[in-house]
Amino acid sequence: MLETFNFRVILEYMPLYLQCFTATLWLSAVSLIGALSVGIVACAMRLSQSRIVSRISGIYIESIRSTPLLAQLYFFYFGLPSLGIRLPEAVTGILALTLNSGAYYAEIIRAGIQAIPYGQIEAGIASGLNYFQRMRFIVLPQALGLTIKPMLGQAIVLVKDSSLLSLISIMELTRAGQLLTSDRFMPAEGFLTTAAFYLVVYYILKSISGWSEKRLIFREAH
Amino acid sequence: MWSFYFSELIHSLPFFLKGLWMTVAVSGLSLIMGTIIGFIWGIIRASRNKILRSLIGAWVDLIRGTPFLVQVFIVFFILPGIGIELEAFPAAVIALTNLAACFICEIVAGGILAVPSGQREAARASGLSAYQQLRYIILPQAMRTILPPLVGQYVLLVKDSSVVSAIGVVDVTRVGWLTVQRIPEGIMVFGLVGILYFVICYPLINLSNILERRMTVVATKL
Repeated sequence: MLETFNFRVILEYMPLYLQCFTATLWLSAVSLIGALSVGIVACAMRLSQSRIVSRISGIYIESIRSTPLLAQLYFFYFGLPSLGIRLPEAVTGILALTLNSGAYYAEIIRAGIQAIPYGQIEAGIASGLNYFQRMRFIVLPQALGLTIKPMLGQAIVLVKDSSLLSLISIMELTRAGQLLTSDRFMPAEGFLTTAAFYLVVYYILKSISGWSEKRLIFREAH
Repeated sequence: MWSFYFSELIHSLPFFLKGLWMTVAVSGLSLIMGTIIGFIWGIIRASRNKILRSLIGAWVDLIRGTPFLVQVFIVFFILPGIGIELEAFPAAVIALTNLAACFICEIVAGGILAVPSGQREAARASGLSAYQQLRYIILPQAMRTILPPLVGQYVLLVKDSSVVSAIGVVDVTRVGWLTVQRIPEGIMVFGLVGILYFVICYPLINLSNILERRMTVVATKL
């Protein structure tokens, strides 16, 4: 296979790949920021004293987690127009990715907060710290250390999940591979190049994750 | 109009059930084979053979670093180029089996490495063979760490199976996609698709939660 592998075509399509790579990066970045915001709100609601508020957030999280992203994507892509709402594909895609990852972030953040022993919060109350001071100085610094690794893991999943946006004809990395396949019938060149670009993002995020873990262990030891 | 589409949708229920059967077939086959291969890889990955260990590690990284959609395209479009003609169904099963094996391999290796090394040393000192150590000492204890994330992984894989609809496997997601061309009520059609996935995934999610609770209780009792 390697002797027929056509590097010239890959070079020819490189501008398209770079453009699509940028698209994948910004689609993922916007969705990531959205997902973190949704995750924080959903987690706060889940941990709320009010039964109803907690229940609503629980239904959101469970229904996202027990259905595939592709079905959710089609749900918005075909569903919103039938309600009379017409959005550009990219917005629909970002919306689906945001709501999907938001549910997972809510669970990651919740696990981080609940891992803090309640005694510490009681100690905070006894020392006269108010709710925000307890969050700021006791809960969040520890929770962040515990959740940074799963959070980066979910970011990797998010970048990979953005490949599904190619199925609603958004121009991104996977779509570039599909174009090379349909234009020149060169699926090997097309999809292996696509895979290589995703691997770059994966290895960068993975090494950040490994680095942060080492840093945090270092801090704890002191 | 809405009620007309609703009765149309009820009439196409058998079609959806066929799709559900296809989803169960693709993910069931891949999960069984993926679990077997994943356990073998995981045992090797936790062993002392450096070459095999890093080979499997590199493969797992490649698979974890690329989107499943791209992997499906690679199996479906590139394997015929090197002389292996595949229908959509076997291509889907191959891609999903490999994905399952990679994730399960990491879970199994983690579980085995979590067993205190004193256990292995004691087993060796008692004159057990390598197979006996694994079968009677290591794996039974490792299963406690392996089982909860393993079932959790099954849920993720059932959801990932929706991606194979992109190469034309007529699973639930594909049935939804075909139906929505005829019944332009995206919310209703993909709501039904979501419910069908929920029916498979929700019991598994609960099982995973129950296992997690039960296994932790056992661990603390010891």
